[in-house]
Amino acid sequence: MSAGPAARAAPAISRRFPPVAELTTVSLALVVVGGILMASYAPRRPPLGVPAALAVAGAVLLLASGYLLARVRPFAWERFFLVFRWALLAYVISAGMIGFAFVKDHIRGAPLALVLVMLLIYALDVPLVIAFTVARYSSPAGHAGSLSDVSRRA
Amino acid sequence: MTDMRNVQAEAVGTTQVAARPTIQVVPLKGLPIVAAVVVFVIAAIAGNWLWALTFCHVVGGALWTAIDLFVGLIVGPILGRLSLPARAEFTARFMPKMVLLMPTLVLMTLAAGFQLALKVGNLSPASPNHSWLVVSYCVVGVMAVIALGVLEPANIAVLFEMRKPEPDGAVIATLMRRFVLTAGMTGVMQVATLIIMTRVATQ
Repeated sequence: MSAGPAARAAPAISRRFPPVAELTTVSLALVVVGGILMASYAPRRPPLGVPAALAVAGAVLLLASGYLLARVRPFAWERFFLVFRWALLAYVISAGMIGFAFVKDHIRGAPLALVLVMLLIYALDVPLVIAFTVARYSSPAGHAGSLSDVSRRA
Repeated sequence: MTDMRNVQAEAVGTTQVAARPTIQVVPLKGLPIVAAVVVFVIAAIAGNWLWALTFCHVVGGALWTAIDLFVGLIVGPILGRLSLPARAEFTARFMPKMVLLMPTLVLMTLAAGFQLALKVGNLSPASPNHSWLVVSYCVVGVMAVIALGVLEPANIAVLFEMRKPEPDGAVIATLMRRFVLTAGMTGVMQVATLIIMTRVATQ
């Protein structure tokens, strides 16, 4: 994880990172599948077992990608958080609108709670993958030009 | 030595920036339109207003489908054959519009569509359209994962790369290839949506 001046330089395109985008996209896919399962029962009360399991799996993958991302050094954190917070705002509005539609349609109790958890995962997944994709090609503060390949340990 | 190189790079970069179109990742002028659309969709859902729900779903869906097909199958292949400067200039002007346009159209179409289906009874298991709608959820679900997990991040990352004083051509080429490929995939899937929706509308 050495990032010193002697570290091997690599252009942005060839730097390798942990599978943050892949894990986050799978997490998103799981909550989308859970949402489709629940929506396919509307307006009846859906069975919650499988959607809940998918939501838990989605949350675990989201946490795993967050953990892997937190260990990346060097990384353009400033750029990451700039993009993340604006994308988060956009996707919280989007998730809020979907949540509003469910509340409006008298979804209550455990199904509503599960939908809200899924929307929370969705509202975090999308900004995370967008911000990561932007930041992975950006130079961290204080760096200019090529960066060390973070996938290669010193 | 490094400092000198940076100074030179910045000087060259300044000239390049002046020559290139200024890139705004999110076109701020478009935000009031997006806000108006979101408010209109919320009002349509809150009021369970049939005309407004139909308008949002049909107009949003038609634009979403047409733009996906047009970008994926017409613009994408043309873009791939343009010279690098032409491609860069087109991308700089085209991609910021897509950042606002596509998520707004998707939100408008899906939110209004679900409410509309509930209102007209298509979600009922007894409805002949129920199974078609479940298939459409699956198609939209796949498109959503591709669009949100791959296409949109690539779109935004290209814009950030192009704002740099010295954009990396390899990064832009990789991300644009990803953008055009995924736009083509969602475009093809939109054909399935067209078939499903015309079935639903005529049963």
